[in-house]
Amino acid sequence: MSLTYEDVIAKYEPVLGLEVHCELNTNSKMFCGCSTIFGAEPNTQTCPVCLALPGALPVVNEKAIESTIKIGLALNCSIAPFSRFARKNYFYPDMPKNFQISQYDEPICVNGYVDVEIETEEGPKKFRVEIERVHMEEDTGKSLHVGGATGRIHGAEYSLLDYNRAGIPLVEIVTKIVPGTGKYAPEVAKAYVAELRDILRSLGVSDVKMEQGSLRCDANVSLRLIGAEKLGTRSETKNVNSLRSVERAVRGEMIRHAELLNKGERVVQETRHFQEESGLTRSGRSKEQAEDYRYFPEPDLVPVEPDAAWIEELRAQLPERPSVHRKRLQEEWSVPDKEMAAMINADLLDTVEATVILGSDPTKARSWWLGEISRIANEQNVSVKELAITPTDVAEIVALVAKGELTDKLARQVVEGVIAGEGKPAAVISARGIKVVNDDSALMAAIEKACAEQPETAEKVRNGHLPAAGALIGAIMKETKGQADAARVRELLLGHLGQA
Amino acid sequence: MIRKSAAEMANALAQGAITSVALTQLHFNRIASVDKDVHAFLHLDTDGALAQAAAVDAKRAKGEKLSPLAGVPLALKDVLAQKGIPTTCGSKILEGWRPPYDSTVVSNLKKNDIVILGKTNMDEFAMGSSTENSAYGPTHNPWDLARIPGGSGGGSAASLAAFEAPLAIGTDTGGSIRQPAAVTGTVGVKPTYGGVSRYGLVAFSSSLDQAGPCARTVLDAALLHEAIAGHDPKDATSINAPVPQVVAAAKSADVKGMKIGVVKELNGDGYQPGVRARFEESLELLAKAGAEIVEVSCPNFEYALAAYYLIAPSEASSNLARFDAMRYGLRVGDIDGASAEEVMKLTREVGFGREVKCRIILGTYALSSGYYDAYYGSAQKVRTLITQDFTNAFAKADVLVSPTCPTTAFKIGEKSDDPLAMYLNDIATIPVNMAGIGGMSLPSGIADEDGLPVGFQIMSPVMKDERMYSVGAALEAALLGTWGAPILSKAPALGGVA
Amino acid sequence: MSSLSRDEVANLARLARIEMSEEELVNLASEFTVILEAVARVQEVAGADVAPTSHPLPLRNVFRPDVTTPSLTPEEALSGAPASEDQRFRVPQILGEEA
Ligand SMILES: [Zn+2]
Repeated sequence: MSLTYEDVIAKYEPVLGLEVHCELNTNSKMFCGCSTIFGAEPNTQTCPVCLALPGALPVVNEKAIESTIKIGLALNCSIAPFSRFARKNYFYPDMPKNFQISQYDEPICVNGYVDVEIETEEGPKKFRVEIERVHMEEDTGKSLHVGGATGRIHGAEYSLLDYNRAGIPLVEIVTKIVPGTGKYAPEVAKAYVAELRDILRSLGVSDVKMEQGSLRCDANVSLRLIGAEKLGTRSETKNVNSLRSVERAVRGEMIRHAELLNKGERVVQETRHFQEESGLTRSGRSKEQAEDYRYFPEPDLVPVEPDAAWIEELRAQLPERPSVHRKRLQEEWSVPDKEMAAMINADLLDTVEATVILGSDPTKARSWWLGEISRIANEQNVSVKELAITPTDVAEIVALVAKGELTDKLARQVVEGVIAGEGKPAAVISARGIKVVNDDSALMAAIEKACAEQPETAEKVRNGHLPAAGALIGAIMKETKGQADAARVRELLLGHLGQA
Repeated sequence: MIRKSAAEMANALAQGAITSVALTQLHFNRIASVDKDVHAFLHLDTDGALAQAAAVDAKRAKGEKLSPLAGVPLALKDVLAQKGIPTTCGSKILEGWRPPYDSTVVSNLKKNDIVILGKTNMDEFAMGSSTENSAYGPTHNPWDLARIPGGSGGGSAASLAAFEAPLAIGTDTGGSIRQPAAVTGTVGVKPTYGGVSRYGLVAFSSSLDQAGPCARTVLDAALLHEAIAGHDPKDATSINAPVPQVVAAAKSADVKGMKIGVVKELNGDGYQPGVRARFEESLELLAKAGAEIVEVSCPNFEYALAAYYLIAPSEASSNLARFDAMRYGLRVGDIDGASAEEVMKLTREVGFGREVKCRIILGTYALSSGYYDAYYGSAQKVRTLITQDFTNAFAKADVLVSPTCPTTAFKIGEKSDDPLAMYLNDIATIPVNMAGIGGMSLPSGIADEDGLPVGFQIMSPVMKDERMYSVGAALEAALLGTWGAPILSKAPALGGVA
Repeated sequence: MSSLSRDEVANLARLARIEMSEEELVNLASEFTVILEAVARVQEVAGADVAPTSHPLPLRNVFRPDVTTPSLTPEEALSGAPASEDQRFRVPQILGEEA
């Protein structure tokens, strides 16, 4: 019964909608002076305001407004001359006030777009993703479910709440519906989130760590028959917390919707949760009755009216656009299109760039990250960024090879050691006793031994038949367990046999 | 001594005629003898107050420069957070909660070395006009213990009228400072919205709430006003401008050449004869003192009450959502297997009183989808119209005046079954909150028909609070001339103690 | 005509997280009919040409600098908690969506 992706796209056109939540990296929270540092002891970063103690009042963090305006500008949005905070009222224990301060019908940025490019069989293809709005809100606390199975909410006996995260500034970036992506919908969704992440990173406004939850994506998907006008019913998938998952979630939902539609069933408009392990989504607990958020203007805060001068000042601070930046890097490094695309697709451009900034040759850096290191990541079925190796490590290893202190083969062993958690390159080298044999007397002993063992070959070389040296060099390298520098071995051997 | 004004007490302290410890103790003695009848206080901080008083005395002994009210005791409405001191807002849901922080008003009081005696009774979450809605029992009007002391700040006003404290802090969302002042023969001021920080004031209706001074004289109110007012970076709606010079205005008491506008719509039908008579007399006294009396019309005021009973409950329904049994306060029904949601519902059922629940439901309705425009949205438009009425009126007059309330204090229980009649108490005070302007109530005499005090309301434009103090002080002086003694001297003695 | 049914009140009580007895629901529904009639008067003058006022003062752009200030200690933060465990607020089981 299971449909293939090809079956789906032959009949249906997917329509996307993406909502990305991004935690800003301000020093203090959105409405109070509590620190935002990740991973602090529970409830050490709370105060009357973010605990919603009776009487406490919010005051807006100016940096959060500036960051949001910068995001809006970078996404080609108009900055609203008047915007306002509103209360979104609903009860949930991780939200101390039982309302969230958010923005409703008066967001700070509206009507932007992001252009993304994906690789297709017919070459690179450009898509424009239109942005509906960018607005500010605050994060919730975190709950820990105790009792029941595996700390999950269902079956838990009680919950423990930590409000350190409550009130951390969040920016929500909402796209308009994205039609016309056809079979590339999953790739476009992924490329959009990746581009957004790169833009946010380049702006320096967020840590954009999907694995820590500082960047979170909800993907809305609906299908309609090809050629149809009317939009299909959409599902909203939450918890999509890696780029790969964005692609998988969209693809998975397309197939699920198509299966329902083909059976003549209806797609239910609902929230679904993405499950990393299976790549499938699971229905969220549907509420018996609809929530009514009863939005109204937040009376404890006053409107935001950024003037033109302020906006221009922020515009002047915008960094190079990631797409422009990429073009520049490609030229500077003289990388062919295909390799560049490979780097972007593997989400390793920033990693390679960081390695180059640390002094590495671009080609070498690229080949390490996309070659050996990617291979190991693949073997372990993890992403390269989850490995315990950093651009600093790779730059160091590349430098050691360049200085002749490591051979390529030894360097691979060092990389392996770093990834295995044996420490930084220097630690791995010393622990494993890896070193290039460049002690000439030790090499000479190996050379003499090789010549003694293969007297005829040695004689050929002595008589000027240089290609025969290869066999001797091989034996010498074997003798020195690959730790010798092959060029030096050749030099010494030829000298020894009177051919230098 | 306890019958003197705060300014006189401050003077006695400055001259060394009495210590703050002794003055504070005198007030605790008075409270011990009369509060069982009045029930103005919910909590007394005897140790804290005496320690604070001793500290002021020590500073004074060292010759430190002190603020004008240093060492004078004060009663604090139980809606303001004071670190370590129970803060209940008159509600069971907060029973036993001790804030880990000070409200800005309390910080300012402490900075000014004003001695905080304890927390005063109030209608639960400031919702009411009689203090009958307190979960801890009603407060009684010192003029007649069978009557209400007004509300929501009945405890603060009664403590002044009963000479349990010379100063008090109230909060005013629709009249909760001014109406209790009127019915207890005391002075109460709602400053311009944003003039006094709301940080630490447990919110009822954020866009209407304002803390302010309560006292027995206009000058005392002015002194307290200056002590608590000023810009606060912790309150985004606090005005960043110098505090109006209200003490100077109260001292000058000058109304010569001022235009005083009588709001046509806040008089007439529904106002008790004694209330109207005292109001007319006061106008004559002001005219005699050199003011020009003009009539102004504010046609949209008739919608103010309706708009108020949409806006305040709407904001309250959201503000009171935080009382959910999770982080502080009461928790009911936390038995095995109960969910957080069930515990929230049970706690809120038991922890909130009837009036609070009623207003939360009303506010939830007014904000709900499909009804927002008809109710909350329309009420906000009425707010615009009321503000326009004030703007037009202030173009013709420097201050506006009216009776504070249509009637004198009614009997406890008399209106508890008729919410609409109860709400009418605030008909003259509510427009002030809607527009965020300043309002004062001071005693204008005693109604002939029932022998109870009557209040006179003065309204001044945004951040022109000094105007109401000039007029109030002038009227107060003129009235004192006709009475011969402060109005409270006419109140009956309490518990046999004079 | 402004009035509220018992079921509407029940739905509002659910939104407001207040448990209510059948008697309370019925009483409130009838009381609300009176109150709503009174407050519905605002619609008489709330024309389309009137701008809403949500705040009494025309303040704009009130911000605080992005500077950290001392938080409460965890003891202070938890001081009012009905129950706590491991420096966290302990609350009954939360039913609802897994966040
Ligand atoms: Zn905080």
